Amino acid sequence: MAKDLVCGMEVNKDEAAASSLYKGKKYYFCSPVCKTKFDENPEKYLKASENKGCDVNFGSQTSQEKSLPKPENKHGAMTERIDLPIVGMSCASCASTIQRNLSHLKGVEKANVNFATSKATIFFQPQDIKPEDFITSIRKSGYEVGTVTVELPIKGIQCASCVQKIERALMQTRGVTKAVVNLATERAKVEYLPTEINLEEIKRAIESTGYKVLELSPSDEGLDPEKAIREREYKKLKTKFMVGLSLGLIVFLGSSRHWFPWIPEIFGNFYVLWALATPVQFVIGWQFYKGAWGAFKHRSADMNTLIVVGTSAAYLYSVTATVFPSFFKVGGIKAHVYFDTSALIIVLILLGRLLEARAKGQTSDAIKKLMGLQPKTARVIRDGKEMDIHVEEVLVSDIVTVRPGEKIPVDGIIREGKSAVDESMITGESIPVKKSPGSEVIGATINKTGSFKFQATKVGKNTALAQIIKLVQDAQGSKAPIQRLADVISGYFVPIVISIAIATFIIWFNFGPIPSLTFALLNFVAVMIIACPCALGLATPTAVMVGTGKGAENGILIKGGESLETAHKLDTIVFDKTGTLTKGEPEVTDIIAVNGFSEEEILKYAASAEKNSEHPLAEALIKSAKEKEIKLFDPEQFNAIGGHGIEANINGKEILLGNAKLMRDRQIEIKNLETKAEDLAQDGKTPIYISLAGRTAGLIGVADTLKESSVRAVGKLQKMGLKVVMLTGDNRKTAEAIAKKAGIDNVLSEVLPEDKVHEIKKLQSGGRRVAMVGDGINDAPALAQADIGIAIGSGTDVAMEASDITLIKGDLSGVVSAIELSKKTIRIIKQNLFWAFFYNTAGIPIAAGILYPFFGILLNPIFASMAMAFSSVSVVSNSLRLRRVKLRD
Amino acid sequence: MLVKIIVTVFGAGIIILVNWYFLFSRRKTFQAELKEKGIQEIKVVVKGGYSPDTIVVKKGIPVRLFFYRDETADCSDTIVFGDFKIRKALPAFKTTVIEFTPEKEGEYVFTCGMGMMRGKLIVR
Repeated sequence: MAKDLVCGMEVNKDEAAASSLYKGKKYYFCSPVCKTKFDENPEKYLKASENKGCDVNFGSQTSQEKSLPKPENKHGAMTERIDLPIVGMSCASCASTIQRNLSHLKGVEKANVNFATSKATIFFQPQDIKPEDFITSIRKSGYEVGTVTVELPIKGIQCASCVQKIERALMQTRGVTKAVVNLATERAKVEYLPTEINLEEIKRAIESTGYKVLELSPSDEGLDPEKAIREREYKKLKTKFMVGLSLGLIVFLGSSRHWFPWIPEIFGNFYVLWALATPVQFVIGWQFYKGAWGAFKHRSADMNTLIVVGTSAAYLYSVTATVFPSFFKVGGIKAHVYFDTSALIIVLILLGRLLEARAKGQTSDAIKKLMGLQPKTARVIRDGKEMDIHVEEVLVSDIVTVRPGEKIPVDGIIREGKSAVDESMITGESIPVKKSPGSEVIGATINKTGSFKFQATKVGKNTALAQIIKLVQDAQGSKAPIQRLADVISGYFVPIVISIAIATFIIWFNFGPIPSLTFALLNFVAVMIIACPCALGLATPTAVMVGTGKGAENGILIKGGESLETAHKLDTIVFDKTGTLTKGEPEVTDIIAVNGFSEEEILKYAASAEKNSEHPLAEALIKSAKEKEIKLFDPEQFNAIGGHGIEANINGKEILLGNAKLMRDRQIEIKNLETKAEDLAQDGKTPIYISLAGRTAGLIGVADTLKESSVRAVGKLQKMGLKVVMLTGDNRKTAEAIAKKAGIDNVLSEVLPEDKVHEIKKLQSGGRRVAMVGDGINDAPALAQADIGIAIGSGTDVAMEASDITLIKGDLSGVVSAIELSKKTIRIIKQNLFWAFFYNTAGIPIAAGILYPFFGILLNPIFASMAMAFSSVSVVSNSLRLRRVKLRD
Repeated sequence: MLVKIIVTVFGAGIIILVNWYFLFSRRKTFQAELKEKGIQEIKVVVKGGYSPDTIVVKKGIPVRLFFYRDETADCSDTIVFGDFKIRKALPAFKTTVIEFTPEKEGEYVFTCGMGMMRGKLIVR
């Protein structure tokens, strides 16, 4: 072991991240940062090495973990060590602030805060200070400690003393930072440090007091109880409806004995009808009274108000007509009763609610599905042991193992092993994706073939899935501008309908035919009942919910109703070239051999020469050689000639690799290749000359190739009538060559990155509605400037922040799908709004009897209630049609 | 004739009353309480409407609203703060917490999922 003189950490010589030779002695460092610091002023650190170093290190996780001293080795038996995960550190100076504050606490022997692993390691004297004080100190510094909170249901808590007993037991358990037991809910809320203790140990601590912890899967929390209540409500509603329907039908048949003469006379009796209709009105229909009264107290009026006033009017009139038949007798005609009207209206509205509840439940299916994807447990390796823990307990930088067929619990990077992963649930991509060390994996996707170990990079609410859920939830909560008018109207709707109904009553009463009171009453009820603000209110949100949910299922994340609405009006789509239309990684496309060399030889020498280079073109050569399973030499000498190419020495032969200028400078004859090089350049490719031992060997063409999906997507967008533009920093020739292949006519080339925004603005000032498609990170300003910014191929929060639509998959067909989806959603919204407006504006006057003077048509209130129930159900059902939209070809 | 006049006058009176009561009457406002932690808090009971339904909060300070839904009626099962992009399910007989920080002065309407039940958040 050696000591890092800069940060004071113990470093294993074999695993040290860096070392320096100074005055004949070798010094080891935990990270290159420390080495740089040391090299700048070695004397300072050598002198200070007597005193305890107190600087921050950036050590990579492995060297850090392995090199941490065991407490007993260095600090004696009494010292204890604790690791605290820290949240919210954004820079190295944050780490040093926390470290400084922790070091100054009494009882702390040494504190080490590692920015790279987001962990604080503290050695302390337990008799002087408690772990809680560290948390307080860290919080005071402005950061959060990565504690985990769980709620555990406990069986058999009966008294306040039990509560205290459990709380005390928990607080005395190391690693528990907070424990509150609630007697009423019989639950313990425990906040703990997952680095110190796990859920099982907490359960054991509780159970040691004699109480049993009930099984709980934390992910179900918040979802299940709600569902249970909903289902209970639904069942209750169904029972009410069935009972109401039976009673209502008898009342209806009894009231219509002139149509159904076989009905016993007793059911025609007004008192019997009254007795049958009353439970429907006040028991089955009680929920409407309750709702209306609640609203009334708040000086607002809703559907319930209309139903209650309408049915009560019919009911009370009928009661009066039953008890005082002479009161309403006009011209010798005995007054009729309308118990069937009031009862059937209530039953039909219940039916509407029933259907609506079921349909509405389906509109949020997509988000429920996403939430259900969250895995519950993870198998991590801690202290060399594999253990199953709750997914909430997984920490950043934990090593997680995954077997075939298992769900990947959190986001991370593969460290060991290979496999294919089904990512369809997140990206919509149906073919499993191959993964090897270095590949990123997404939580909630399913491992198919092999086992692997990966390092967690994002956990909890930072995982791609959690971000997606949050985004979809936000989107579903957002409003589309198209809804504004409906919103304004629904606020005034009910009072206005009541006013119209009363006016209807007055007009019929004053000017209507005899019996005018009956006509006035029936039309009053019909107006009240037919009006349906629900349809108006449901028109947009249900469609936005289903539309955004449908998108999420296909890897298309739409930010909200507004994005949805703008997207359907687009007329221009601007694609960034590199990484969007193209793969973003250059590939070897052509090899031209001359002077008796073979193509394989050329690639072999070129790739070998570039073996130690990090230039993107070098990567293309090496990748191509690897694909062809060509074994590479080790270059004996390697020298990069800035702006021209490289020279290397392999097996004593001098190799030159580079542009025409390099060859000319070295007097290599390339005349026979120049026209071919010109052709390559015309085609948008970069020509690289190669010479071996002073002889021209050939020419290699390297180019950033188009994605397979680009041509198809561009073609489809053009077919949809959109103007497609390509934006790139490349020179005109290369740009045009690529654009031609992609089928794009409009090219904006040689655009500097900072000018992309300007180009978008120019298009917009020409009256165009522009979507910009880019990778979301480099193009963020242009994405923000465009009417719709579409970020592709990433689920990072930066990209989601800057864009209106995020396509998780890198495939450009998502752009087409997103626009199609927005068009379809807006079409559904328009249909819904049209229906809702048309329904109310046509329905209310008809119910008021406007057709009567011309055609003698009046609307029976029962039909009015049927229409009402149908109208809101139809709107929701129409929105649900979006679920069946086909987005993939 | 007299009956007709009475019915007309009476009906017109009710129309005026209805519109005044539901649309134009002044509502009581409630100021959210500023807790030590620098968060403004207020409890709202959801039952056929929001009580209180007019809430006054200060600009730039985080607001924490506790919505207790004291009913199972379908209508109130969701709360929407459109201007803050919040749409949340309110489980029956449970308290749901909604947090955000209003950055701009103005009046913001919050509603149930269908826009029938309404409340107002006044940011000063």
